[in-house]
Amino acid sequence: MKKKKSLGSIFKDGLITNNPTFVQLLGMCPTLATTTSVINAIGMGAATTAVLMFSNLFISLLRKFIPKQVRIAAYIVIISGFVTTVELLIKAFFPSLDASLGLFIPLIVVNCIILARAEAFASKNTPLRSVVDGLGTGLGFMLALVLVAAVRELLGSGMLFAGSDGTGGVQILGDWFSPATIFLMPTGAFLTLGCIIAVVQKIRSVAAEKGRIDTLKSDAAEHGYYSEYLAKLESKKHFITRQKADSGEKE
Amino acid sequence: MANIFLIMFTAILTENFIFSRFYGCCPFLGVSDKPSTALGMGMAVTFVMTVSSAATWAVYHLVLVPAKMEVLKTIAFILVIATLVQFIEMFLRKFIPVLYSSLGIYLPLITTNCAVLGSALVNIEKGYSFIESVVFGFSAAIGFTMAIVVFAGVRARLTFSDPPKSFRGFPLLLIAAGLVAMAFSGFSGMKF
Repeated sequence: MKKKKSLGSIFKDGLITNNPTFVQLLGMCPTLATTTSVINAIGMGAATTAVLMFSNLFISLLRKFIPKQVRIAAYIVIISGFVTTVELLIKAFFPSLDASLGLFIPLIVVNCIILARAEAFASKNTPLRSVVDGLGTGLGFMLALVLVAAVRELLGSGMLFAGSDGTGGVQILGDWFSPATIFLMPTGAFLTLGCIIAVVQKIRSVAAEKGRIDTLKSDAAEHGYYSEYLAKLESKKHFITRQKADSGEKE
Repeated sequence: MANIFLIMFTAILTENFIFSRFYGCCPFLGVSDKPSTALGMGMAVTFVMTVSSAATWAVYHLVLVPAKMEVLKTIAFILVIATLVQFIEMFLRKFIPVLYSSLGIYLPLITTNCAVLGSALVNIEKGYSFIESVVFGFSAAIGFTMAIVVFAGVRARLTFSDPPKSFRGFPLLLIAAGLVAMAFSGFSGMKF
């Protein structure tokens, strides 16, 4: 390892840069199924975050004792232990949440995000760093769920933060808005997530293009040449032709 | 008997695992690029889910309930499924090499397919008998196979489409899946 990443950047990596849902495209089942309301999304996100933090912590503590050949089985046992704990806690303290999330709480066991973090991060890093990674990734997952749920709930019922029985929500859109129930149905889940991921891809490609120009500029500044080329690059016309040429190349 | 048919019909169409319950979306989006691979995955899932429904029912009612350890069902089921997948793989390789060569590569992926664990948990939640559990597992898997093969066909046409740059790849897949789900939601109005 060339340079150790700081705790802050591990956290930010999980939350934004490598967001598990929008960038790594993992954990699609709970993202599609539990985003019918913001409350459900927060509950599911919190449950997953708790499991992820504790499983990362324990897998990291045991990383020197788990034999390589049986590591996946060992990870699954650790994860399902914490999932059962969380399931029982939710049953005891938030029965209405348990009723609306249904089987998706025990199904956290097979959420690929958790196994992916165990395999890719916790098995190679210290406990503290693993917990921070778990927290960042978990909150990133929660952020994604809440974003999808907010769009679906707002368009589907005109309210936000409604309870699982459909009452107690805050009316956001007025009487002029007739709710489009399709957003609360499975179809709406697929459509909303598809559109949000498209927006994320757009933002990332714009950022990548900007990053490339910045590198070019700093390279040029470092070497002290290309000043004329730089001036051209700055001019908008040249920028547009470059972009067109680039997209032409890819196709 | 009517009950059995009702379970089959519900599991395949009205409460399709992918389009109404969202179990098994990862393989649905991941392995549906060609109808042939989709069919292979579907058959592997059908095989494992039928056997695992029987096995998990037996483990729950013959081991966990007498020992009053129902709480541990998630842990027990995932271990049973993981072991079962391993056994099925070994068995097929030794005795039915033809089937192994066509299903083998999909088998390791099935352990983390939430449809398999999901069907085992639904069986317990609904209190199905042994026969009902096996029928439910089998028909839910048939519903999964149908969905994934239909979607692979839709996906084949997407290759020729020319969407905006940001929609290429995954977003377009999700939107196509949404449209197929809309067609399937037509079944949800059927009540018996």
